[in-house]
Amino acid sequence: MKASVIVFPGSNCDRDVAVSLEQAMGQKPNMVWHADSELPPSDLIVIPGGFSYGDYLRCGAIAGNAHIIRPVKEAAEKGAMVLGICNGFQVLTETGLLPGALMRNADLKFICKDAPLSVETSDTPFTKGYKQGQTISVPVAHHDGNYRADEDTLDRLEGEGRVAFRYADNPNGSARDIAGILSENKRVLGMMPHPERCADPLLGGTDGKALFTAIVEELS
Amino acid sequence: MTKPVVEKPEATPLNPYTEITPELVAEHGLSEEEYATILRALNREPSGTELGIFSAMWSEHCSYKSSKVWLKTLPTEGPQVIQGPGENAGVVDIGDGQAAIFKMESHNHPSFIEPYQGAATGVGGILRDVFTMGARPVANLNALRFGEPDHPKTRHLVGGVVAGIGGYGNCIGVPTIGGEMNFHSAYNGNILVNAMTIGVAQTNKIFYSAAAGIGNPVVYVGSKTGRDGIHGATMASAEFDDQSEEKRPTVQVGDPFTEKLLVEACLELMSSDAIVAIQDMGAAGLTSSAVEMASKGGVGIDINLDHVPTREQAMNAYEIMLSESQERMLMILEPGREDEARAIFEKWDLDFAVIGELTDTERLVLRHDGGIVCDLPLDPIGEEAPEYERPWEETPKQARLRPHEVEGTDDMLGTLKTMMASPDLCSRRWVWEQYDHMVMGDTVIRPGSDAAVVRVHGTNKGIAASTDVTPRYCFADPVEGGKQAVAEAWRNLTASGAKPLAITNCLNFGNPTKPRIMGQFAGCVTGIGEAARALDFPIVSGNVSLYNETNGVGVLPTPAIGGVGLIADLEKRMTLALPDEDDLVLLVIGNAKGHLGQSIYLREMTGKEEGAPPAVDLEAELRHGNFVRDLITDGIARAVHDVSDGGLLVTIAEMALAGKKGVALCEPKDCDHPHAFWFGEDQGRYVVALSADDADKVITTALKAKVPVTRVGKTTGDQLTIGDTNTISLTDLNDAFESWLPTFMAG
Repeated sequence: MKASVIVFPGSNCDRDVAVSLEQAMGQKPNMVWHADSELPPSDLIVIPGGFSYGDYLRCGAIAGNAHIIRPVKEAAEKGAMVLGICNGFQVLTETGLLPGALMRNADLKFICKDAPLSVETSDTPFTKGYKQGQTISVPVAHHDGNYRADEDTLDRLEGEGRVAFRYADNPNGSARDIAGILSENKRVLGMMPHPERCADPLLGGTDGKALFTAIVEELS
Repeated sequence: MTKPVVEKPEATPLNPYTEITPELVAEHGLSEEEYATILRALNREPSGTELGIFSAMWSEHCSYKSSKVWLKTLPTEGPQVIQGPGENAGVVDIGDGQAAIFKMESHNHPSFIEPYQGAATGVGGILRDVFTMGARPVANLNALRFGEPDHPKTRHLVGGVVAGIGGYGNCIGVPTIGGEMNFHSAYNGNILVNAMTIGVAQTNKIFYSAAAGIGNPVVYVGSKTGRDGIHGATMASAEFDDQSEEKRPTVQVGDPFTEKLLVEACLELMSSDAIVAIQDMGAAGLTSSAVEMASKGGVGIDINLDHVPTREQAMNAYEIMLSESQERMLMILEPGREDEARAIFEKWDLDFAVIGELTDTERLVLRHDGGIVCDLPLDPIGEEAPEYERPWEETPKQARLRPHEVEGTDDMLGTLKTMMASPDLCSRRWVWEQYDHMVMGDTVIRPGSDAAVVRVHGTNKGIAASTDVTPRYCFADPVEGGKQAVAEAWRNLTASGAKPLAITNCLNFGNPTKPRIMGQFAGCVTGIGEAARALDFPIVSGNVSLYNETNGVGVLPTPAIGGVGLIADLEKRMTLALPDEDDLVLLVIGNAKGHLGQSIYLREMTGKEEGAPPAVDLEAELRHGNFVRDLITDGIARAVHDVSDGGLLVTIAEMALAGKKGVALCEPKDCDHPHAFWFGEDQGRYVVALSADDADKVITTALKAKVPVTRVGKTTGDQLTIGDTNTISLTDLNDAFESWLPTFMAG
């Protein structure tokens, strides 16, 4: 399997997720610079956490229009898996690969802590390593993780089994406690929590590991 | 270019002639004697730009003129030390060809005026000090002091400072893993914001600031220069008054995104051998970096200010030289490497400009707007800055308070609950949950334990770090307080299983021209030196912040210590959290006489701040700490916490809450003053949890090693009990512990 991690100026979880991918895949992913207009052949594309372009306009807005996004969208249309974590989720909503938007946290403060999540569906290539209804603990670290979409969109997401994770104790005001959502074909996942921060027992948890393992199984 | 280029600087349209009046000299914070020295050194009147340069370089902040004589007394060497004070940051060896590079610095005055930006740029500045030496920053810490909670400005300042520290560190992607925070009325008009950064570098890839190579290009990289922060160093070297808010324009604005790009670009260029020397533009901006780099290298520097990237129109030489715009670095490159370096900085969308070259004149020559606007010999600016032996008076000793002189209590656990909900002891979760403390994927011990620990990336070793000082002790007895600050940092590292390596410090004091204040400074430095020598814990970097006074009221003497240690094998790390296991024995290591002078109990429960602080026995400290570290390394200790603010019962309560595990404590035997037993702040102590099987053996070994040890209780259930009847549920205690700060901040 071939994986690529997109690096924007201001990405800061690119190395972290590359470490988790390497542990799961047994090989290093490609680190792809935002200004490139071509994407190396990729079965998995990861858009990492951080503050792309400083998030000075609106989180993910500038990254959503970077050169590299066109080939990422093309790859997604052809069925590549795309994982957007934190800022990566924000970027995916800006590109239109996922619906909705991430607004400022309800209490207006940055929040960094372990968040208990409920796995809403195990019927996806990302989450098949979990049991539906299972509670896992995954760290969040964001200022703008408050998921918003119109009611119809939210109903559709729920109806189509596209809510991947829900917060057990909503830390940011997200509509319907949504922590992560999927595309229609369930091959694009955007989530605010950081699975790469809990895929190593030394870091205080391994609940994120099953996500990376599932991706590797799917694509191997 | 061996001779002075001009006898006297030239006036140009942008840099007209400035008449140097006594008022102008005074506005620049220079004394009459200092100005007389300038006239003697130059043998002529300085230009306005030159006066500005002297003013910045001779400010207390840049020159250490009042503190230098005392700082020279500190121990700065050891086999672990690669670079001591005098560079951008200190460097210690952590084995395997790797080094930890770290420093702490104050941003007090700007943070009081504009808390978000002041604190944010404090973080940005200290990060630059570390990555300029070739290190990737891996952890941030801080030490914060605010006024009393009910002072009208306190809530605003806490909120702004915490958001600013988070705003910068979170965006740049360096975890903020630890810190400390106190409240005291002495900081009502002058808060303290000290930021510390630790980085990791290869020992054969460390970059220094001494310029070398006549003719080598002088290169400016990073953000453009604007009119922000002009004379920040001078502001940081003066007292405050009611008009201080008018100084808001001297506070810089931070851009963590640009700094993130700057880190990556600098580290990318540093992987080649194109850089001869590099320094960040911190306090006094281009002035201090150019002067210090050239002075250290014994060379001259010739800069054309027309080539400095500026953000605003028509900036004059004075403004360009004294701007403290953030996220800028000055480098000396190997000749012919400019294009390669430029390509890297352009890739990262950063400005890159060759602005001058090194000369053999040992002079600072500045060209601007068609004229030479500054031509100064470097020696008198940098290396021969004024140095004062300020008069000082010893702080009068206070009598030792005896336990019976302090009102006791019948309700030990009720008192505990009150104390755990007090501003100085309550949970700091509200603060550190606003900091990304996990980014970089190596935070092994998170905030809230004695020391936080980050793994050295790709290895199984860890760097432990802690910031400490107890200002109320320093105020009551500067020498003992100085010792205690170092000992507590050492103890916190020890309790995490680390071998303490070295410290950085940030010495925050009032006006040094007052003998009483200078006496506090002298006493604290003396105590820090004694402890650092005894514990083999040298000082490798630091910062002095004086004039922390508003309307003549000084802060408590606050010499913040940032300790760094190494855990060789991360399997052997330790935290304060009690494991969820019944019948583990709790041992207290160390002696106690029930010392209540200057304790939190005394202040919170009786409203008094008096008496001598607890004495620090450095030999015992070393013995006890080494014993505890061995228990950790040998895998015997299951939880360890040092005894500090609040005393023994608070220590045990913190262990219970962290592990969500109850404890049954024995009533102290033959004890006339249980309040002193439970809440006394005697030093050199730890609480260790271990299995009952190990306890007897450990007690025997301890006594043989002259380490006092006492059994105090065991783990059980989910309550904290003393004796048979006194009980508090951990839920109750936790609510009290966790709720004060969020409730306070919610207003």
